[in-house]
Amino acid sequence: MLNIFIKRLFLAIPVLLAVASITFFLIKLAPGGPFDADKAVSPQVLKNLNEAYNLDASEWEQYVDYMSGVLRGDFGPSFRFPGRSVSEMIATGLPVTFELAFYAILIALLIGISSGVLAALKRNTYLDFIPMAIAMIGICVPTFLMGPLLVLIFGINLEMLPVSGWGQLPGDKILPSITLGFAYAAYIARLSRGGMLEVLNQDFIRTARSKGLKERNIVIKHAMQGGLIPVVSFLGPAIAGLLAGSFVVETIFQIPGLGRFYVEAAFNRDYTMILGTTIFFSAMIVFFNLLSDLAAMWLNPRSRDIS
Amino acid sequence: MRYLFIFCSVFILISCSSSSSPVDDGLEKQIFHYGNGSEPQGLDPHIVTGVPEHHILISLCEGLTISNPNGGENLPGAAESWTVSDDGKTYIFKLRKNGKWSNGDAVTAEDFVWSWKRILTASLGSQYPDSLYYLVGAEDYHTGLTDDFNKVGVKALDSYTLEVKLKAPTPFFIGLLSHYSTWPVHEETVLKYGKIDDRNGKWTRPGNFVCNGPFNLQSWELNNKIVVEKNPLYWDAQVVRLNQIHYYPVSNVMTEDRMFRAGQLHNTYTVPSQKCPVYIEENNPNLRIDPYMGTYFYRLNTNDPSLKDVRVRKALAYAIDRELLVEKVTKCGQMPAYSFTPPGSNGYQPSTSIPFDPQLAKNLLNEAGYNSQNSLPKLEILFNTSEDHRKIALAIQQMWQQNLGIEVELVNQDWKVYLSREMVGDFQVSRAGWIGDYEDPNTFLDLMRPNRGNNKTGWENMEYDSIIQQANSTNNQEERYKLLNKAEGILIDNMPVIPLYTYVRNYQLSSDVKNWNPNILDHHHPKFIYLERD
Repeated sequence: MLNIFIKRLFLAIPVLLAVASITFFLIKLAPGGPFDADKAVSPQVLKNLNEAYNLDASEWEQYVDYMSGVLRGDFGPSFRFPGRSVSEMIATGLPVTFELAFYAILIALLIGISSGVLAALKRNTYLDFIPMAIAMIGICVPTFLMGPLLVLIFGINLEMLPVSGWGQLPGDKILPSITLGFAYAAYIARLSRGGMLEVLNQDFIRTARSKGLKERNIVIKHAMQGGLIPVVSFLGPAIAGLLAGSFVVETIFQIPGLGRFYVEAAFNRDYTMILGTTIFFSAMIVFFNLLSDLAAMWLNPRSRDIS
Repeated sequence: MRYLFIFCSVFILISCSSSSSPVDDGLEKQIFHYGNGSEPQGLDPHIVTGVPEHHILISLCEGLTISNPNGGENLPGAAESWTVSDDGKTYIFKLRKNGKWSNGDAVTAEDFVWSWKRILTASLGSQYPDSLYYLVGAEDYHTGLTDDFNKVGVKALDSYTLEVKLKAPTPFFIGLLSHYSTWPVHEETVLKYGKIDDRNGKWTRPGNFVCNGPFNLQSWELNNKIVVEKNPLYWDAQVVRLNQIHYYPVSNVMTEDRMFRAGQLHNTYTVPSQKCPVYIEENNPNLRIDPYMGTYFYRLNTNDPSLKDVRVRKALAYAIDRELLVEKVTKCGQMPAYSFTPPGSNGYQPSTSIPFDPQLAKNLLNEAGYNSQNSLPKLEILFNTSEDHRKIALAIQQMWQQNLGIEVELVNQDWKVYLSREMVGDFQVSRAGWIGDYEDPNTFLDLMRPNRGNNKTGWENMEYDSIIQQANSTNNQEERYKLLNKAEGILIDNMPVIPLYTYVRNYQLSSDVKNWNPNILDHHHPKFIYLERD
């Protein structure tokens, strides 16, 4: 397994290099530049700004300059926020985004697995239909609707929870975590139900039952190990998606995470910020996919043997 | 299941714990929770541009004059008084002897000379050097025609006397000085963290920041909030009643609205456009609709073959029912615009009119050679992606189709694409807005002079240009306004722009906020504001 881990890590290098290079040239193709503003700047000022950020050099020179900086761990200065480096901004937003993703995935796992397993065990009863119907709603309702709805109910009408913020008022982390976690909980519930149903019909479960093992032990010790493999495989892309896709929740709840920098950088043509966050999120996606593959391999002896 | 139970219990416990809202809490501690639109680019007054930046900088730094909280003439700021020579070209500012930087150093005339040298240093890449182009030699220094700053018309006669020499009498010069680009920065602090032209110096960070305003920078959490606290060294500290201001960069207008309703903000930056009519109908006591020095207009590309003819441009303008537009489309107190400069800018009343006369418009189009047999080629309205701009464009499209029989296509583009297309003249009709930087009609009329970067219409009129130059060379305000009105007449007669409506500032404000007065520039100096519940 260690070999696979090292091999995949090495494979990630050309992937990230390709992502960085393609992004570098793609963003230059987009019309408009970082210094275009409603109040047009004079050609003299634009020349000064381009000089200050090395944008007057040829594309190739800029590329070589940028990539050599990245290799040294320097993602350059932000064009939109003078005085701030991209690395500094990633470091500022990342802990918040990680924390939000952590709570969200915790909620998703807790609600998703318990309702999915329950639905599988009580197949074709109301304990199956109700959670699965809710899960379908969770998949269908987008976060930009779910968030404001929760805020309206718990924040404004019931006045139980703050409507926005992160770590400023008691309980302000609850609604964003639930909003972000709910959609993933729905997927996990359906995946775990499907996985469990498949395992519960297999011979080794029947053997366990015929031996007189307690149903609880059968489910937890034997069925869940195999039944939850689809969930584990889903977790890698899910966590990466949570990190890169938390923009909507961060905006609705005014959370100072990385997602907002990522999207706003594109609108502002903040070239270095777009590149920095894209490279960073790509690395996260590669890393979490690798982790989930390894975990699934570890859980499933057959795929472990094949590898 | 047990974990689920624990989780739910914790959730309910936390939820039920009651705490007072930030607005209630702020009242007691004099902490203003300020909805500030978006994350500021930075806090260096010579580099940043934008309204949210202005809201914060006005609490941290102070120029020679400050904007009047009731509108009108500026009030003394770092300068306690000033005199103007008879020819209106030389200003002598007397600085306050008790003016202090937040580190205790005295604010001197040399500080202003160095600061103005900094903004005029080309390699700094400041986007507002033209605020000082009115000074003798300033433009030459900035554009590199001279590298001798002694040739620029600013000089410290002594530590507390600043002499400023202008190229021409500039009646709005005092008003210009409340713009942050002309404010001073602390030389020693800036140089401690970089060179004079360093855009990335860390002097604006909390702990490093030194300036001369009524508040000090306490903390700055990116995309979260900026906290400023009362500066005890400020020369007028006894007037300042707020202890802190918390600025929240809430870019989502719906989130901001919810935060205000939940008592997390004292004010909002704006009101969601779809909610404004509802709040008006409900008589929401927190809704404010204040006059604002801004015009929403359409630019016409006069280089476009279809729009070269002034009769076509006039026909387009006369076929728009502005009253219907503000009543049925914008619906938030906006006023129909019949001039480019908003009326009432420092006593200036434009005398132009733009009729809504579909028949006259049709006749003009016929005179230009367009009729049912030879119709005007399809026109394209360019606007940046926004539901509000789309609604207005749809209404105009309908009016033009109905009143003139013109086919109109709407093209919405991402903000930067829209800007770059406007800049290179790749449009026929494009939506635009302009907000005055200072309270004088010049801030609008100057825009349409030839070779001005923001003209963007291709319209060049030498008579217009010379009248404005003439107006700005006279000291007599009455005479000056007469000339500016004449220029405005030429502009509206040539119609390179179609004014649609005059902006209003709509936002929500808690009734706890006192001394927040409406003014056309929307400048609310925090040193005068306090919190009190009726």
